[in-house]
Order: sequence, then C-alpha cells, then structure tokens
Amino acid sequence: MSLATFVQQLLTGVSLGGAYALIAIGYTMVYGILRLINFAHGDLFMMSGYFMIFAIASMPWFIAIPVAIAGTVLLGIGIEKAAYRPLRRAPRMSVMISAIGVSYLLQNLATYLFTAIPMAYPEIPGLKKILTFGPVTTSLVTILTPILTVVLTIILLQLVGKTKIGMAMRAVSKDTEASRLMGIKVDSTISFTFFVGSLLAAIGALLYFTDRMTVYPFSGSLPGMKCFVAAVLGGIGSIPGAVIGGFIIGISETFIVAFGYSTFSDAFTFILLIIILLVRPTGLFGEAASDKV
Amino acid sequence: MRILKNMIFSSDAKDLGGNVPGGAFSSAGSSAGAGTGAAGTGTSAAGAGTGAGNKPAGGYVPGSDGHAYRKKKDPHTRRNSLLTIIAAAFVICLMAFYQKNAYDHSYAISIIERSAVYVVAAAAMNLVTGFTGLFSLGAAGFMAIGAYTTAVLTIPTEVRANVYYMNGIAPWLENLHMPVAAAMILGGLISAGFAALIGIPVLRLKSDYLAIATLGFSEIIRTILAAPMMDTVTNGSYGLNNIPGFTNIFQPLIIAAICVAAIMLLLHSSYGRAFKAVRDDEVAAEAMGINLFRTKELSFVISSFFMGIAGGMLACFMRSIDTRTFQITMTYNVLLIVVLGGIGSITGSIIGAFLINGGQEWLRFLDEPLTVGGVTIPLFRPGFRMVIYSILLMVVVLFWRRGIMGDKEFSWNHLLGMFHRKKKTEGGAES
Amino acid sequence: MTDQKGNSVPASSEPAERATSGSGRLQNVLHVENVTMQFGGVVAVNDLTLDIGQGEIVALIGPNGAGKTTAFNVITGVYQPTNGRIQFLGDTIIENHPKGKMKKNYLGDPAVIYPGSMVKTPDRITKLGIARTFQNIRLFKAMSVFENVLIATHMRSKADVFSATFGLNRNEELENRELAMELIGMVGLKDEADSPATSLPYGRQRRLEIARALATRPKLLLLDEPAAGMNPQETEDLADFIIRIKNDFNLTVFVIEHHMDLVMSISDRIYVLNFGKLIAQGTPEEIQKDQVVIDAYLGTGKTN
Repeated sequence: MSLATFVQQLLTGVSLGGAYALIAIGYTMVYGILRLINFAHGDLFMMSGYFMIFAIASMPWFIAIPVAIAGTVLLGIGIEKAAYRPLRRAPRMSVMISAIGVSYLLQNLATYLFTAIPMAYPEIPGLKKILTFGPVTTSLVTILTPILTVVLTIILLQLVGKTKIGMAMRAVSKDTEASRLMGIKVDSTISFTFFVGSLLAAIGALLYFTDRMTVYPFSGSLPGMKCFVAAVLGGIGSIPGAVIGGFIIGISETFIVAFGYSTFSDAFTFILLIIILLVRPTGLFGEAASDKV
Repeated sequence: MRILKNMIFSSDAKDLGGNVPGGAFSSAGSSAGAGTGAAGTGTSAAGAGTGAGNKPAGGYVPGSDGHAYRKKKDPHTRRNSLLTIIAAAFVICLMAFYQKNAYDHSYAISIIERSAVYVVAAAAMNLVTGFTGLFSLGAAGFMAIGAYTTAVLTIPTEVRANVYYMNGIAPWLENLHMPVAAAMILGGLISAGFAALIGIPVLRLKSDYLAIATLGFSEIIRTILAAPMMDTVTNGSYGLNNIPGFTNIFQPLIIAAICVAAIMLLLHSSYGRAFKAVRDDEVAAEAMGINLFRTKELSFVISSFFMGIAGGMLACFMRSIDTRTFQITMTYNVLLIVVLGGIGSITGSIIGAFLINGGQEWLRFLDEPLTVGGVTIPLFRPGFRMVIYSILLMVVVLFWRRGIMGDKEFSWNHLLGMFHRKKKTEGGAES
Repeated sequence: MTDQKGNSVPASSEPAERATSGSGRLQNVLHVENVTMQFGGVVAVNDLTLDIGQGEIVALIGPNGAGKTTAFNVITGVYQPTNGRIQFLGDTIIENHPKGKMKKNYLGDPAVIYPGSMVKTPDRITKLGIARTFQNIRLFKAMSVFENVLIATHMRSKADVFSATFGLNRNEELENRELAMELIGMVGLKDEADSPATSLPYGRQRRLEIARALATRPKLLLLDEPAAGMNPQETEDLADFIIRIKNDFNLTVFVIEHHMDLVMSISDRIYVLNFGKLIAQGTPEEIQKDQVVIDAYLGTGKTN
C-alpha cells in the first residue's frame, strides 16, 4: 500500500468514522439516561435518508436540509413519547422489546412505502466536489464530515457540561428518581436527549448517505449496531468515548475492506465488542458503577 | 431516642438458652429434626415410602403426614387428565385426517408444520428471555447454524453434484451423510457451542449487551455463510436445495413435542427454578448460592441448542434454504410470538406460534390489491402485512404486556373457570 | 501476621470466654480484619476488625448509616472491600488492598495494607457456609413460599442438568422438598406454602427469608434487621426462634438489629459501629453502660 493510497483510505475511514460518531452519540446518551439500547436509532437514521430524498424533490436544497433534519428530530421525539414513555415503570425488557418493535415497524414501513429497492440519494451541490491534494483525490464531504463531527461534539460537550439542561441530563442519568424529587422535569429532559440524539443522527445521515449515494429500508440496521458497539467501545454514557469509538470503528472497517477482507468487515465490529467486554468492560472512558443492595 | 431508651433502660432481658416453644415460630408437630439442616441427611422417608397407592402423576408424591411436597392437591385431576386425553385424541385424529387427505389440505399442513418449527424456536427464546430474564436476539443466527448443518449433512449424496453445480462441493463433504435426526442434533450442538463462546464474555458482565452481541452474531453468521470461501460448503448465495423434507405431518409435531416437553421438564427441575431465581432477583439468587454466570450461560446454551434444532426443522420444512431466510426479521417474528403468547409461558409460546403462522397465511390478502365495489383500496399492497405485524408487536408491548397467557401456563381449571364465570355473569344479566 | 495494630482492640481472646451458650467448641468462625470499604470519597466501613466464635450470637448495632449493612455486604462478597481480610473457619476467603485510582484516594485509617487480592462471588461464599437475609426483603417475587425455600437447596444438589431435567435425581429432589417443607413448617408458614411469597405480611416475609437462608445449610447465619416491621409479640417470638435455630442447626449467628430488647436478650456479645468505625464491643451489660455508645446514639459524640 503506497503512502497515497494509505492517506486516501485513512481519509475515507475518518469520514465514515465521523458519521458513525454522530450516530453513536445518540446511542450513548439514550443509554446513559434510560439504560436502554435504542434499537430504533439506526432506523431513525435510515428514515432521515428518505426524508431528504423526498424533501429535495420538492424544494431547493438549502430548505430541504433543515426540513429533513426537522422531520428526523420530530420522529425521534415522537418515538420516545409513543413507545418509551408509557413504559417508564415497566420492566426494562419491555422497553427493549418496544424499541425492537419500533425498529421493526420503521423497517417494514419503509419497505411498504418506498419498496425494498435502493433509492438514489440526492446530490447536495458542492458536497461532492472533488478536491485534489497531490496524488490524493477526495471529495469535500469526506473532509467536511470529521470536521463537523468534532465541532458538534465540542458544542455538545459545552451544552452538557455548562448549561442548565445539560446539568439536568447528567442528573437524570445518575439517578432518575432523585432528580424528579429535586424538581427536574425528567420527561422533558429525556425528550431533549432524544432531540439532540436525533439531530446528530440527521446530520450523520446527511453526510453518510451523500457518501454512499443510496438509501434502502435496511441501510440503518447494520450501521446502527456498529455505532452501538462504538458507544460501548468508548464507554457507554461517555460522549467523547462514543466519538472516539466511532472513529476507531470507521477507520478499522475501511482498512479491512481496503485489504480485501470486505466479507469480514462487519464481523470485525462484533468481534471487537467481544474483545472489549473481555478486556475492558467499562470501555475506554467508562466508569464502573455499583448497584445498591 | 427510643432505641437509646430501650437499650439503656431495658431491664427485662430474657434468660438465654431457654428453648421456649410456642409462638409463631414453633414447629407444627415434629421438632424440626436437629440434624436436618446441619447434616442434611436427617430427612424422613415419609414422602418416598408411603406413596405406593398414588400414581406419580406430577412426579412427587405427597407424604401421608400432610407435607405438601408438590403443589396443592387438585380436586379436578381426573377430569383434567380426561380432558387432556380427549384434546390430544382430537388433535391426533385431525392430523391423521389431514395426513390422509394430504393433497387437499396441503395448505393447512404447511401452516401446521411451519408452526411446529416456530413452537420450538419460541419456546427456546422464552426459556432464555422469559424464564432467565436475558434478552437474546440470536434466534436467526442459531437457527441458520442448525439449518445449514442439517441441510449440508442430509442432502442425498447422489444429488449433491446437482445442488453444488455452480461452485462444486468440498471433497470432505462429498460423501458425508447423516440421518436427519442425527444432523439436527448436531446442528443443535454446534449452535450451543457458539452460544457458549458468545456467553463467556457477555454473560459474565452486564447481560445488557447480550441483545446487541447476539443480534450482531446473527448478522455475522449470515455473512460468513454467504462468504465466497464457504461456497463449496454452503453453496454461497445459491443456497441449498433437495433437503429431505418431512414425509408426514406427525414428524415435525413429534419433534416439537419432544423439544417442548424437554424444556418444560427443565423448567420444573431445580435448574429451572435457578433460572427463575436469577430472573427475579440476581442479588438474592447469588446469596442463595446460585452462580449467576453459570446459570445464565446454561440457560443461554440450552436455548441455543433448541434454536439449532428449530433451524434443522425449518430446513426440512422448506427443503431449500439460503442465507436470506435468516435475516433479522426471522428473530423479530419469533420475538413477536413470544411476546404475544406471554413472556414466561411456554404454552403461550405454543399458542402464539400457531396464531402468528396461521395469521401469516390468513392475512396474506393484505399484500394483494383489494378492490371493493370497483374501487381499489390503495392501502393493500406488498409489505402491508408486515406493517400490520410490527404494529401488532407494538400494541402488545404497549397495551397488553402480559400477552395471551402472561407468565401462567395453560390449565384446564383456568379455562373452565373462565368459561364458568362468563356463564355466571350472563345468567346474572338475564335474571 | 498483621495483628500488630494498636488502634483496634484485639478481640481474639474474647469469644473463647463468652461463647458459653454454644456447643462448647471454641473455634473462631468469622474473623474480620482491618476491613475498609470506600465508595468514591465516602468511607462506609473504616478499619473494622471483629471476631465471632463458634455457637455465638453476636450483634452489630449502630445508628442508621453507620455501615452495618455494608459490612454484611463485604462479608458476603457483594462488595469487594477496599482493604482488609476476612477469614472464615480459619481460611482466608476475601482479601484486598487499594488498587488503581484508589491507591491515591484511599481515606481509610492507615491500617495494614494487605498484600493479596482474593475475590469471591457471593454464591461461593454461600457455598462455604455463610447465609444471609436482607434488610430490604429480597424474596423471589414470582414464586410461592415453598419455591422460595426450595431454590436455596439447589446449591447443594449434586444432580447435573440432564438428570435433573429427566427426573433421575428423584431421591435428592424429594429430600430437598422435604427439607424445604420442614423449614417452612418451622417458621410457621406451612399453611401458606403455596401462596405467592409477596402476598405474605411483612413479618412473615422476614421469617420466610430466614427459612430460605437456612435451606442453604449454613454454618454462619447473617441476619440483617430480622425484626424490622415486626410487632412486639413477633419480636419476642423471633428471639426464641433465633436461639432455637442456633442450637438445632449448630449455627453461629451474626445479627444487625435496631430492636434493643431483642439485641440485649439474645446476644452473647455486641459490636457497635458509628460512622463506619468500631466504637465499642462487649457483653450486652457492658454496652448498655458504655458512655461512648450512649453518646453515639444521642449524637453528642464524635461527629467527624
């Protein structure tokens, strides 16, 4: 592998990793606050792709983008309200099954409405512009994705660390009941968490699908699972952890494909999960928590 | 304050060592055998010895001294056994009728056979999900292993050249042939082996991640089975066909009955109780000397074994398989059956399996264009059925969390009791 | 080897004198040595050393939040102590020293830092012969009274999963059922054997927990506030009951309790914990007179 190819692959990997990171943040935040693996998150990401396709068909791109993002956010918050909130006091397994149900529903709904045939993702002007640095050619979106990811992460960390709503989020994730007693509006805090998660997933979808060019009803399920693994790798509940986990998985996957083992690029993620759980179950940045007896 | 007062001024300390009988703690009748607990051998033969006359219906004979070693004596035992025999006889006759007129009823037979496959899969999922409290989503993966093992080993050697005409067959496999039953069990064992491997890292820690690990595993298995380097074994994307099918309707039903009986017996054994203890309260279970990891791993491995068997049955039912059969949708279907039937009820899973598979056929009209009075209703087109199914799953989870059976098993008393109550209320309304 | 510490009173000689109500064997059943349990920056148990001799009934008392239940959780393996060692029947079962971040942040009294690190999960400790009940009752909710007790016999069953499934362990299963039923009879719950465990009133649930703990065939029984939620009559019966099971089952009993009547009537010796530290120990009479203990309960004592 020549240096140029290496750089080329690295760029692709970093770009994929950036999109993964944005989705992984959604998983880690929801798990942190509800202790729920939000199986529907990957499918929300897929729906976001469809929203964009239909939005851009009827309006200029600079309006279509906010419309698609808003649609995704509304769907994300709606899922929480309809499928998770009624089960706040139910056994955790019921909530997980509900999440699976939403995932299943979104996939089937997408198949029903848009058929299983992949649809072409619109080209947003400028994003696909080819840039050339010496022997390395790449597109703008490849460069833009990681930059945007890092910027958004920094903003999010400020939000969680410095603002009142961020403090509420941290409190709820530490102890829901105590937060409620302290006067924190738990439900709206959870809604806000879903808002942030969905927003980032929508941006991630925009970047990911611009790169991949097609959307189909199952295009969210595998990336979704990989991003959850990224969140576990980084230490579930930790935002910087999720971002770094996303980058690690994106880069590794790209290189595995580049070396010709594309069959195993998906398997790699789950082998990685097993290895993390064996070696460092709390992830890179996670902290062990003990339950009260 | 009160504590202090009690502590300092309490002068009425009781004399120690006084072995005072009476009160709520006194033993009724016998003196609770001093050696029973410490040595563990002081048990009397009352339970085992005196039950000569009774038939060991439930397994454990109640002792003559009134010790309820088994559940409360049911006054309706005879009636219930009779009802069971009648029901079983009816089912057997019906199946024999279908079998006799197989040509006319091939549709019903295929629904029943498919249901039998899902009964095993759902009971296996319920074992780990409903009774041990672990959320495993590996059904499709474990079933794929079972199905491929069975298929590869049972396709008649003389047709193998045809089946593998695109990629050729691996030389070691060419003449490796097994009877169906042996292949199914081997498929189950291989599934169980994979489950053990996944379980070691995941179940030792937070079992939260089991769902994602098994879901991921399912997908990996699929990609590996379809991978080009496996072509000479799995025939890649062409799939396998010419798998010897069931020759009559009783075969899948008997296999399903054996599997369900084994799972039920397991659940009634002391290991089954340990599973339930882990599900109910991990801390208390551990304090009772139950090793969490080993118990969870055992349940997960046994469940996967039966998933493998279900996969083998599916291969025999479908007679041709490819990796697309084992997409995540399959796992979700099994989950739907378990949730609908009741998480923690094996009989619920059986009912659920028949309902969902029956429904799959009866609701087929949803996927076809429906024209009422010359107007084509736009809703009805391919995919609508699956949408209805996923909505059903959501509705059950959100509004009817107990499902059909809740965590109870089917009993005649319950069914007749329901019937009785209904009649009573109807009677009341009339008068 | 690590007893050369000044600040906690060595108690090794005492059980020998006090353990008179037992079988007369003077073996040391439980030996807790310099145990510290620190959660983050909170030291819940600080340098606790205590001994319990064969056949004794020993009470652990102290104001709420003194670290009594935490001590139980450390002994039963639920928590791994930050530092210290626990021996059961002469064998070390748990040992640890501050590790990783804890090395810097260790706030326990500068006792001996133990060299080894031995972790045992609670089930292995139960298997060795330490059974417990819980302060906030932890019965198996979906199961009957009978099943709750029966589960505890699983640990000592020898049948493998295959023979258990297919009923090849009939004798063992019968024995277990018989034992469970006898224990249920002993705590006076025979008539409720088939009722759901959670349908029982509070006091009876506590008795069921004791029956369940006994079904593991322990040598040492830890009772965490067994009289909580009981009326005076029930409490009195409980006192008799504890003494009786101790004798019948050849047990050693370690009990946390707030009911001072009960504590004073059954205990051979008492340890008093406050803010995680041992502040007194002795016979019931000695403790009743101890000024430090009185101050601790009144809150005028040390308030670190």
